[in-house]
Amino acid sequence: MAAKKLNIKDKYRLLTRDLDWEFSYQDRKEAFPYEEFEGIKITDWSKWEDPFRLTMDAYWKYQAEKEKKLYAIFDAFAQNNGHLNISDPRYANALKIFLTGVSPLEYQAFQGFAHTGRQFGGVGARIACQMQSIDELRHVQTQIHAMSHYNKFFDGFQDWSHMHDRVWYLSVPKSFFDDARSAGPFEYLVAISFSFEYVLTNLLFVPFMSGAAYNGDMATVTFGFSAQSDEARHMTLGLEVIKFLLEQHEDNVPIVQKWIDKWFWRGTRLLSIVAMMMDYMLPNKVMSWKEAWEVYFEEAGGSLFKDLARYGIRMPKYAETTEKEKEHVSHQAWWIFYNYGQAAGFHTWIPTDKELDWLSEKYPETFDKYYRPRWELARQMEAEGKRFYNPGLPQLCNCCQIPMGFTEMDDPTQIAYRQTVYNGERYHFCSDGCHDIFVDEPEKYVQSWLPVHQIFQGNCGGPGVEDVLRDYYRMNVGADNLDIKGSPDEQRWNAWKGVA
Amino acid sequence: MSKVYLALQDNDLSRYIVEAIEEDNPSVTVNYQPAMIRIENEGRLVVRRETVEEKLGRDWDVQELHLNLITLGGNVDEDDDELSLSWNR
Repeated sequence: MAAKKLNIKDKYRLLTRDLDWEFSYQDRKEAFPYEEFEGIKITDWSKWEDPFRLTMDAYWKYQAEKEKKLYAIFDAFAQNNGHLNISDPRYANALKIFLTGVSPLEYQAFQGFAHTGRQFGGVGARIACQMQSIDELRHVQTQIHAMSHYNKFFDGFQDWSHMHDRVWYLSVPKSFFDDARSAGPFEYLVAISFSFEYVLTNLLFVPFMSGAAYNGDMATVTFGFSAQSDEARHMTLGLEVIKFLLEQHEDNVPIVQKWIDKWFWRGTRLLSIVAMMMDYMLPNKVMSWKEAWEVYFEEAGGSLFKDLARYGIRMPKYAETTEKEKEHVSHQAWWIFYNYGQAAGFHTWIPTDKELDWLSEKYPETFDKYYRPRWELARQMEAEGKRFYNPGLPQLCNCCQIPMGFTEMDDPTQIAYRQTVYNGERYHFCSDGCHDIFVDEPEKYVQSWLPVHQIFQGNCGGPGVEDVLRDYYRMNVGADNLDIKGSPDEQRWNAWKGVA
Repeated sequence: MSKVYLALQDNDLSRYIVEAIEEDNPSVTVNYQPAMIRIENEGRLVVRRETVEEKLGRDWDVQELHLNLITLGGNVDEDDDELSLSWNR
């Protein structure tokens, strides 16, 4: 007699909920010691809903299929010298940022979900975290495999993990995840599953990956979309986490709102690097950062927060500031890197005429008025042999750790400075958002490992900046850094393409 | 009303899924971008197994959608017969 095939709902119930057990001789509170200290109240874990109802057997089946497709493409890409088909050698520099700045976050997410999943008393949440943890490990591995091909042909890919833990601008993504992982389990989920995955990661994995395709990078678009197919599940988890917490107890509402405010702002600051990758580092353009922000945050996030209003949740604090920032942030970020191109692990450049025109068209309110003249001046100085590199070390924001280069959004010629005094020490911030986050938990953020402070304290070797870059960061000085113009990357590319 | 959306990898299989979605959701907007297809609709969008199977000419499990899915927005509900996306208000 053939066994009756279970439907998805029954299978999910049996293979997920039914795996839980009662604690007969151990105190449940001792088994889940982190469940209460954040103030979140859970009255009934059985109300947790996983709308995809994915069970472990189906998970392995579909993930295996995704991997087979992905690795077939990696092989084809490598066998056919796929790196020769990218639009322009400048494009590879966006990948250097990706490998050193983003891929290690996938590893952090793997660790974070493994740890967090263990802390929940509800079996539905534990299994969702387990699957996501395995997904994240897959993401870091596939990204390393995809980009290892570029490491054979371009500079700057050689020591990404070492760099991630040390390099000044990489402390921005690193500290973001360190902050989330050192929070409690519920804050971690709101930070990563909801604020980051649901509200913000589309901006990285969708338009940027579509851009990778448009720039001839078959390997990256494929790992990006393959990762993002897991991400659709992660986003759904993020939304369910929020709904579950809000439905469990009304006392959870203000706590969750505070976390949404914090992590939305942390996330927008982190994404300023992606903004610059989209607007300045993709030679073939798909959409501007501003357009991507409008589609994936203002429109999609707008619908989401309208849906959550019935729980008493409002739009994240300072969302209205980001409406102004979308006009400026990519230009200001790339300008910071252009200024410090001698200390970056990738190449910098001045946009071409065609690119300047595209930026003028996409940013009619701001580009010609504030940013185009800077690039024209930079070009004139370069032509006169006076390419300017800023020799000083920048002041960093004590929350997001980005150099203090962002301006007041109502006055884009004035750098924004905020500050506070805690235990007799003065701390500096790039924005009201970062200021508020620090002030809410100063005892956490005074411990931040700020790269510039560490250099000045002599903890990163030295004494000169070049010593730090070469010995402490392990950059190949003269090859990894500086402008693309005249770089070994450019010379090799021209030789491959038979250009004099 | 708010829009729900999903994005699929632009490949051979997705072409049939998109056809099925268009048939079941007549007001849907389909937007082709490099390597991806973005599909959005006011309020609700449904992917029905039966329609996809008819277009594909073979059995199709709703969970197979995961293989080509890039992203989505809206509350998800999935069972053996369909996957739907919706906003409550």
